[in-house]
Amino acid sequence: MTARHTLVVGAGPGGLSAAAAALAAGARVTLIDSAEQPGGQYNRALPDAYAAARPDRVQHDWDRFDALRRRVLTHPRCTWWSGTEVWALERQAHEAAGPPTVHVAHGPADGSARRRSTVTPDALVLAVGAHDRVLPFPGWQLPGVFTAGAAQAMVKGERVVLGNQVVVAGTGPFLLPVADSLLEAGSSVIEVLEASTRGAAARGWLRRPWELAAQAGKGGELLEYGAALARHRVPYRFGRAVTEVRGDGRAEEAVTARVRQDWSVVPGTERVLPVDAVCVTHGFSPLLELPLAAGCALGPGPSTVPGDEFVTVDGDQHTSVRQVYAAGEITGVAGAPAARAEGAVAGWIAGGGDPGHPALRALRRKRDQGRAFARRLALAHAVGGAWPGWLRPETVICRCEGASYASVCRAAEGAEGADARAAKLGTRAGLGPCQARVCGPTVAELRRRAQGDGPAPPVPGLPAASPHHRPIAQPIRLGELAQAPLDAPPHGPVPDSDLGPGPGAHPDPDPHPDPDPAPDSGPHLPHSPQPPHPPHPPHPPHPPHPPHDGTKEKRQ
Amino acid sequence: MSGSRVAVLGAGIIGSACARELVRAGLDVVVVDRGGAAGATTSHGEGNVLVSDKGPGPELELAQLSRRLWPGVLAEAEERTGSARAAEWEPKGGIMVATTEAGARGLADFAAGQRTAGVRIEELDADAVRSAEPHLTPHHTTALHYPDDGQVQPAGAAQVLLGEALARGARLRTGTEVLGAVRRGGRIEAVQTTGGRIEADIFVNAAGPWAGELSRRLGAPVEVHPRRGEVLVTAPLPPTVFHKVYDADYVGAVGSSAEETQTSAVVESTRAGTILIGSSRSRVGFDVRLRPEVLSQVARKALTLFPGLAGASVMRTYGGFRPYVPDHLPVIGADPRLPGLWHAGGHEGAGIGLSVGTARVLCDLLLDRPTEIGAAPFRVDRPAVLGGAADASAQGA
Repeated sequence: MTARHTLVVGAGPGGLSAAAAALAAGARVTLIDSAEQPGGQYNRALPDAYAAARPDRVQHDWDRFDALRRRVLTHPRCTWWSGTEVWALERQAHEAAGPPTVHVAHGPADGSARRRSTVTPDALVLAVGAHDRVLPFPGWQLPGVFTAGAAQAMVKGERVVLGNQVVVAGTGPFLLPVADSLLEAGSSVIEVLEASTRGAAARGWLRRPWELAAQAGKGGELLEYGAALARHRVPYRFGRAVTEVRGDGRAEEAVTARVRQDWSVVPGTERVLPVDAVCVTHGFSPLLELPLAAGCALGPGPSTVPGDEFVTVDGDQHTSVRQVYAAGEITGVAGAPAARAEGAVAGWIAGGGDPGHPALRALRRKRDQGRAFARRLALAHAVGGAWPGWLRPETVICRCEGASYASVCRAAEGAEGADARAAKLGTRAGLGPCQARVCGPTVAELRRRAQGDGPAPPVPGLPAASPHHRPIAQPIRLGELAQAPLDAPPHGPVPDSDLGPGPGAHPDPDPHPDPDPAPDSGPHLPHSPQPPHPPHPPHPPHPPHPPHDGTKEKRQ
Repeated sequence: MSGSRVAVLGAGIIGSACARELVRAGLDVVVVDRGGAAGATTSHGEGNVLVSDKGPGPELELAQLSRRLWPGVLAEAEERTGSARAAEWEPKGGIMVATTEAGARGLADFAAGQRTAGVRIEELDADAVRSAEPHLTPHHTTALHYPDDGQVQPAGAAQVLLGEALARGARLRTGTEVLGAVRRGGRIEAVQTTGGRIEADIFVNAAGPWAGELSRRLGAPVEVHPRRGEVLVTAPLPPTVFHKVYDADYVGAVGSSAEETQTSAVVESTRAGTILIGSSRSRVGFDVRLRPEVLSQVARKALTLFPGLAGASVMRTYGGFRPYVPDHLPVIGADPRLPGLWHAGGHEGAGIGLSVGTARVLCDLLLDRPTEIGAAPFRVDRPAVLGGAADASAQGA
């Protein structure tokens, strides 16, 4: 008997759940991640070399994560490829033939010789996550300005102290854990600025409190974050933004200003703060190059924000491409609990599990709660439409290539420059080493604004211009590319007894009530010195679904 | 003829060059494209302006005419619009390299023919190669320098040409797809489009690799088919490659009609510091799927010329479709079957460079003026263009 082979790309909360569920369903699983350890951005582990005595110090839900990680990695049907990047997906000649051939490079990206290999699985689960989005503002390209994600990676992954006078600014619940991680690591945080006005945040969060209650079952972690800020006397301010960073060769001063609900600056409210680091985040961008390369249809997902794109999936997390599944932030930015639920559904189905298994109901409910939550999050922390007012003509939009705001607008406005691809070649915005991951959504938005009724339709026979179109998903050296790929490293022998689902196989890798689901991108109600409202209403009115009763059967 | 209305169908580099030339001649020009300007084949290539890759014959004459015209065209555009820098014109010269004895003999014969046709070629000895291209493999048998080869940023060049045409009064209609022809008395008098009817006295099919499909919609099919190519782009590097450097195999691949994929090394740097690495030719219809094996072959060939690039990071690839005609010659002229319809296309991978010469020839023919080079070889009325049933079915694209 040959077990179905499920390849899972991404070992964050969604991918790890998918791997566990596919194993439970009886599949052979290959789990790939570019990092050396599973965990993704959410449970980013310190490298072994650091021999951290207490990895849980900067980690969420460490015990639960650790147990799941061990179960997956030590499973006889699981092959774990760490330090492995998917650099290309090669679609089959006929989509009905199933998932694409996955081209990977093994080994450290900065090492001298990575090996290439290819895998063509029976099913592919994409759980590649998101990175944080940063809007441009004058000075954002200066050294000393970090995306909040990069800051947290440095703190969590390397325990670097970023600065002694740090401002954390932007919008969304990610601000809090970032500030908290900085404080933990010994940085001094001057203040945390949430650009959403108190009113907008409250309206978003309070509209349907029961949805929130389902997600933020505890809020304890939030309270901890809030308490940490209070302990360090770090003010948390609503309706204020960093609109400029100045300095001679690096960040030395941050200009902050009060902003209205549309993020236009209230004149006369500017303040100049001396800083040595600024961490900014304006939400998340899903990493869509692999789904796009696989041929998956994109759509608005759970978002109501114009221009937002996510992978379109059905109730089984199946994309528009046969045997290709998606889970986690690429289907809608909804945090780790939703990602885990989506991963479990995707992995179970992709691994050949029974689509009628009763436990799927609860998982789908968790996922739906996560999506409802995602919509509220988007509402509470919507990027205000007037942010381009912060820009000056010379403000850098593309940090890699130095393309200016004026050049991007000029290219979008001229009749002969209206094509996105021609404009990209002309302005070079998006052509640098990050391949538009940072500026792509910004350029797309500025072009939408400049062009009014939208860009010209795509040319049949060529891929539509998309900020996510990166057929080479990760850089690969010319010498590596020139090698013929090896066949995928073989799996170890699998005893027959290990094939197929065992008795009591269960798709939910963690079939316990979710006591503690607050994620980085979860519902961190800012518990600042003056919280806008209680983190979770004690008695949610009319919950649309009964709460989880925790009576599910135990896995194996 | 002056004041006649011309609709140029296609806003790539050929359509842009034609629009510029025709509006300068006093015609009333509208450019129509279903997408945006310069967004398809024009922005998916390297921007070759070459005389080196063509043997003696009509295409070389067209290349030489175009090479003579380019500097003046850009100077005039600069005067008119002040934006010709966007074309990134770089008369950097090309170096053709053979790496085998057989390749060296073939290249010598090829170059001898080119010299009789007036192409400037300098043979480089080992020292000269080292100073011209210090990173080139020492294991080459012959290296020839073509000082007249040049490069443009293709989408930028097209925008410069179109920008001048618009500044002189041409109009542009993007997002407008041509659906069919409206005939009267055997002539084409209008096209139906997704944006309504567009009337004109003359229609120029400048749809690049889609010219075959467009001509079928208009009821006068020509045999223009897509031939896919891929380019690799590295992360910016310190100056490493100083000319357009290619393997002598390139000439063979360009002239080949083979169904299977052909690859040959073409390596050059851009102003931004990236290195562009080509090239491949695949007859796969309009299939846009990535083919890592083709990229792998391209990488291998590039490394035989520049082994030191093995550590260079490839951060991007793009693929596009060249307009391929079975006899490898462009199509420039009136369609004998449908008065009022003209064609300008079929340049395969050379359309960027050949655009300005093509526009000049087309305009002269249209205005019944003497052409600067013989135009008969490019006529529409030839078997490879009008095709037979057998030929058409063999293409299958």
